[in-house]
Amino acid sequence: MKNLVILGAGTAGTMMANHLRPKLKSSDWNITIIDQYKTHYYQPGFLFLPFDIYTEEQVKKPGKKFVPKGVNYVQKRIEQIFPGENKVQLEDESLQYDLLIIATGSKIAPEEVEGMKGENWHKNVFDFYTYEGALALRNKLRDWKGGHMVVHLTEMPIKCPVAPLEFAFLADSYFHKKGMRDKVKLTYVTPLSGAFTKEKSSSALGYLLKEKNINLEIDFAIESVDNDNNKIIDYGGREVPYDLLVTIPTNMGDDVIERSGMGDDLNFVPTDHHTLQSKEYENVFVIGDATNVPASKAGSVAHFEAETLTDNILLYIEGKPLKAEFDGHANCFIETGKNKALLIDFNYKQEPVEGTFPIPGLGPLKLLKESVFNHWGKLAFRWIYWNMLLKGIPIPLVSRNMSTKGKKL
Amino acid sequence: METLIAGSNVKVNEEGYLLDFSQWNRGVGEEIATKEGITMTPRHWEVIEWIQEQVKADKALSIRGIKKSGVLDIKEFYALFPGGPLKISTKIAGVPKPKSCI
Repeated sequence: MKNLVILGAGTAGTMMANHLRPKLKSSDWNITIIDQYKTHYYQPGFLFLPFDIYTEEQVKKPGKKFVPKGVNYVQKRIEQIFPGENKVQLEDESLQYDLLIIATGSKIAPEEVEGMKGENWHKNVFDFYTYEGALALRNKLRDWKGGHMVVHLTEMPIKCPVAPLEFAFLADSYFHKKGMRDKVKLTYVTPLSGAFTKEKSSSALGYLLKEKNINLEIDFAIESVDNDNNKIIDYGGREVPYDLLVTIPTNMGDDVIERSGMGDDLNFVPTDHHTLQSKEYENVFVIGDATNVPASKAGSVAHFEAETLTDNILLYIEGKPLKAEFDGHANCFIETGKNKALLIDFNYKQEPVEGTFPIPGLGPLKLLKESVFNHWGKLAFRWIYWNMLLKGIPIPLVSRNMSTKGKKL
Repeated sequence: METLIAGSNVKVNEEGYLLDFSQWNRGVGEEIATKEGITMTPRHWEVIEWIQEQVKADKALSIRGIKKSGVLDIKEFYALFPGGPLKISTKIAGVPKPKSCI
């Protein structure tokens, strides 16, 4: 009997369990998935929670529901991985593995910036990348009387790189709807050289910030949050005052990666860009936000990776060469407010461009263009996530590798 | 598009970043620096080399990475490349500036 162990029962780990159980004989392979938390969150919903668009119940379900029969689901803390010994140490037992899949994700690390997780954390300094942060912010916004809201991005890479912009757009809509937009000054602060950094996106979408009256501060490398004077300060000495700061802190891989000495500076695991095999250990594979591959950290990326990784695990077991096929494919809806959204479809090499998706020439979804239909797509995606994506069911017409058909290149 | 920098034809994007690192040499870096108003010193070159190594090793460039590099601290980084040190130094180094997905 052989052992395949999956670390993490988030989006990527759960999908791998669902893909692999039917493909590996139960008489040959035990599959174990380990995650200390009981709740599976629909993380894209954290964007909507603060604005009372989604309720708590819509973004969480028991993780157990999505782990297939025949897979051991162990709810314990992972202390350390010993890749040299093919062993994982849990809080009170150790597990040997023949094959390991690391799907431990990424998380916010506000303690990386001086003062960020200070006395005003979740009082007038908020994140929305955690369930707790998104809820605390919702409660704050419900009776906020207005002032200067600063939406701030600490540094790249982050999970769902478009979420901070979406947040700013939705905030504009939210305050309009509440009849208080004139009482709110909105500023978007980024360490990058613009709100949009790709040529095609800049020219297609540059109008959005102006249209929504959102101020922009670029090249802002935050050094500290000054809780006494409510301002953020950058290394060049620049200051941006705020009444309400919504920040995306540094994103890092899980601490267990650091404890195991398997990560880079940010605790992301060095991973082959195209096979998803660990660069150091041949029986270790990495998927989703936990990798250091230069793809977006997003559920759609994990979904496309899962298809390639499933094939590669079967090939590895048979002793055959792996497919070097993963192309960094990502497919993301971007809320632009007022019930409209964009869709982008891109990979390592191809930046987002205009076009139609998924049927070339027909759509019905439009790439890199605002439409009401795209917004419906984003809302429908919650159902697709719970009922298809996590279960490893292929999305019709959407292939693992990016297609150039229907795109204006 | 192609443009002439320091006597060689190099491919650059609309903002003047090199598209093919193999076309980079110190002369090219120097001329880009001059256009940005920077006079290169041995210290500048040390930083440029470090940035090129990071990119070669697939590491994401960030201000925080500079802090942890041991090569220089962030105040010095700002002093060497005033304004937007990452976007200016990457341009001189012939590598892409840090980007998001859109």
